[in-house]
Amino acid sequence: MSAPVLFSRGRLIDPRHGVDGVRDVLVRDGQVAQVSEAPLTVQGAQVVDARGRWVLPGFIDLHVHLREPGEEGKETILTGSRSAVAGGFTGVVAMPNTKLVNDSALVTELVLSRARAANLCRVYPAGAITKGLKGEELAEMGELISAGCVCITDDGRPVMNAALMRRALQYATLFDIPVMVHEEDLTLSGKGAMTEGPTATRLGLLPIPPSAEVAMVARDLILLEETRGRLHIAHLSCEGSVRLVREAKKRGLRVTAEVTPHHFTIDDTAVGQYDTHAKMNPPLRLRRDVESLREALADGTIDAIATDHAPHGVLDKQVEFEKGINGVVGLETALGLTLALVHEGVLSPSRAVELLSAGPAKAFGLPGGHLAPGAPADVVLVDPEAEWAVDAERFFSKSRNTPFHGRLLKGRVTQTWVGGRLVFEDGQIKESRS
Amino acid sequence: MRHLLGIEGWRREELETLLDRAEAHLPGGSARSPVLQGKVVANLFFEDSTRTRTSFEMAAKTLGAEVLNWTAQGSSVSKGETLLDTARNIEATGPAAIVIRHRSSGAPHLVAQHVRCAVINAGDGTHEHPSQALLDAFTLRRHWGKLEGRTVLIIGDILHSRVARSNLLCLKALGARVVMCGPPTLLPVGLEEMGAEVTTKLDAALPEADAVMCLRLQLERQTESFFPSTREFSRLFGLTPARAERMKAGALVMHPGPINRGVELAPAVADGARSVILEQVANGVAVRRAILEVCT
Repeated sequence: MSAPVLFSRGRLIDPRHGVDGVRDVLVRDGQVAQVSEAPLTVQGAQVVDARGRWVLPGFIDLHVHLREPGEEGKETILTGSRSAVAGGFTGVVAMPNTKLVNDSALVTELVLSRARAANLCRVYPAGAITKGLKGEELAEMGELISAGCVCITDDGRPVMNAALMRRALQYATLFDIPVMVHEEDLTLSGKGAMTEGPTATRLGLLPIPPSAEVAMVARDLILLEETRGRLHIAHLSCEGSVRLVREAKKRGLRVTAEVTPHHFTIDDTAVGQYDTHAKMNPPLRLRRDVESLREALADGTIDAIATDHAPHGVLDKQVEFEKGINGVVGLETALGLTLALVHEGVLSPSRAVELLSAGPAKAFGLPGGHLAPGAPADVVLVDPEAEWAVDAERFFSKSRNTPFHGRLLKGRVTQTWVGGRLVFEDGQIKESRS
Repeated sequence: MRHLLGIEGWRREELETLLDRAEAHLPGGSARSPVLQGKVVANLFFEDSTRTRTSFEMAAKTLGAEVLNWTAQGSSVSKGETLLDTARNIEATGPAAIVIRHRSSGAPHLVAQHVRCAVINAGDGTHEHPSQALLDAFTLRRHWGKLEGRTVLIIGDILHSRVARSNLLCLKALGARVVMCGPPTLLPVGLEEMGAEVTTKLDAALPEADAVMCLRLQLERQTESFFPSTREFSRLFGLTPARAERMKAGALVMHPGPINRGVELAPAVADGARSVILEQVANGVAVRRAILEVCT
């Protein structure tokens, strides 16, 4: 049994319990044992001097592509886990669009066993909605959930068949899990390569209208209302979608939504002269969409910041823009980009932390996301004043595809603890293979 | 050495200088001929073209260059070679310039980032076709002296037209007013931000124009339902003899070719007194000589 750990005199921000102030946090046996306003003295405890640091519940990313099995050249569960803990994430939900698709207990078990071997962050597999992500037949949801999946999704692809989507929502009520959706009407997005707007017109790239997303959000909210299921909308990107989700929540529907740091930070102009690092799906939207996402993050319409961490190789991006593969890596830049919203006065520190921890935990019913006694000792220490420049070459992820290379950020993870064990400290992963 | 990736990025004075150079390259002009003697110009055509490729070839040869003609058909592209590898391999043979046409917007920009020689865009996807815009502006300038205060009406499939984008940028830079007209499905969002006036009412716009540029209608767009039929397109947006009657006295008719006769442009108008279509082609060689000269 390891020694107790005492996080001493840090600024504890625990939005779920309304805490924001200097506290001592004592961790014992992998759990939070005590939180105290007065300094604690604990015999034999390892003391972590957290003065000047923020002590936060470990972040949970609801939307990560770990690429294993099948595309280990881009990322593995081990390298993705390193990238996660370096970014302060103590839990990640792994998307099923791997090659093998996670549409069976076998693949779920493989993911879990590799995650155990990596022994860094908590990896929560997501199962497919449909067999092979083909959008034709439901995957065996019961088996997937029993094996350890925390939600189902065909992420990367929409379920275009509305009747099938309706049944997925209905059937999932058996297990009370969220159905996570990538909202895109493929007949509207067509061959489009970036969002509709002046930049697409200037560059001569075929446009993807916002209706490709908004119309599907509308459809799924209508289906949700009928089925009384749980819907989680992935990577919300436009003003129209925000409006629909806000209204649906007011009416009491069980809908949650996430926004990525790239969608709330940069707009379509980031494509510049065909920079494939700014190519993603959904595409970067217009400035007014970015503004509406920021408002929605602040006012509670959005439940979680999720990265849609999507590692790709150099050759996937060093091609004609239309051919470029969608996606950016996100785990190691998420905190800095989120804190930029705090520095700009869009979010309070507490709201920012909520979007990274308590919000996602609640949306998916996952452990963690708070630091009251009894909670898992998933803790992140952040130096809020540390200024640093993003250097893709130094990512722990296997891939380098980011539009934020060179960007100056303020606020950096200094330590990450999972279940009371130090897994990342000052730029170094603390490996401990199980 | 500099690239010509698009009209975007070129200043007005630079465009004027280039057009002035083109004057010197007209038959009987003052340009020294063999300025590219001993150099190689590589034509990389990933997409079919007769007019532009032969025009660049003629321009390069009459400047004394050797021309390497490369086409995608039967090349290692069919074996899965990437654009960059193809470009790097061609570059390794030592050309002074690569002239590239590609179906993807931005392909020349990608190549330009990875090679050391000049890259000249001969048409990329639905983005730009700068040499076409320059020869169009050159043709108009020869008729009008200057473009300042003139109105050019561009009609048809603006959404998919690289000629329209380059012309908009070039004509605006040289002081002309540009009006774009077509069915709403073929008018992309944001043309106004690029400086165009936009209308769907051809008959109202026509009498104001000093020149009318018809764009080639890609017939496969009909199957994508951008418009119901070529018949209806022609009825609403075709430049018929009756419409041509309503143009200003002395107004010019242009077309980048190849023409769908009877669709966007009636044969009688294409071959009529207002038409400068063959002048465009002839001027193309002089303009491309100037481009090669300025870029290499």
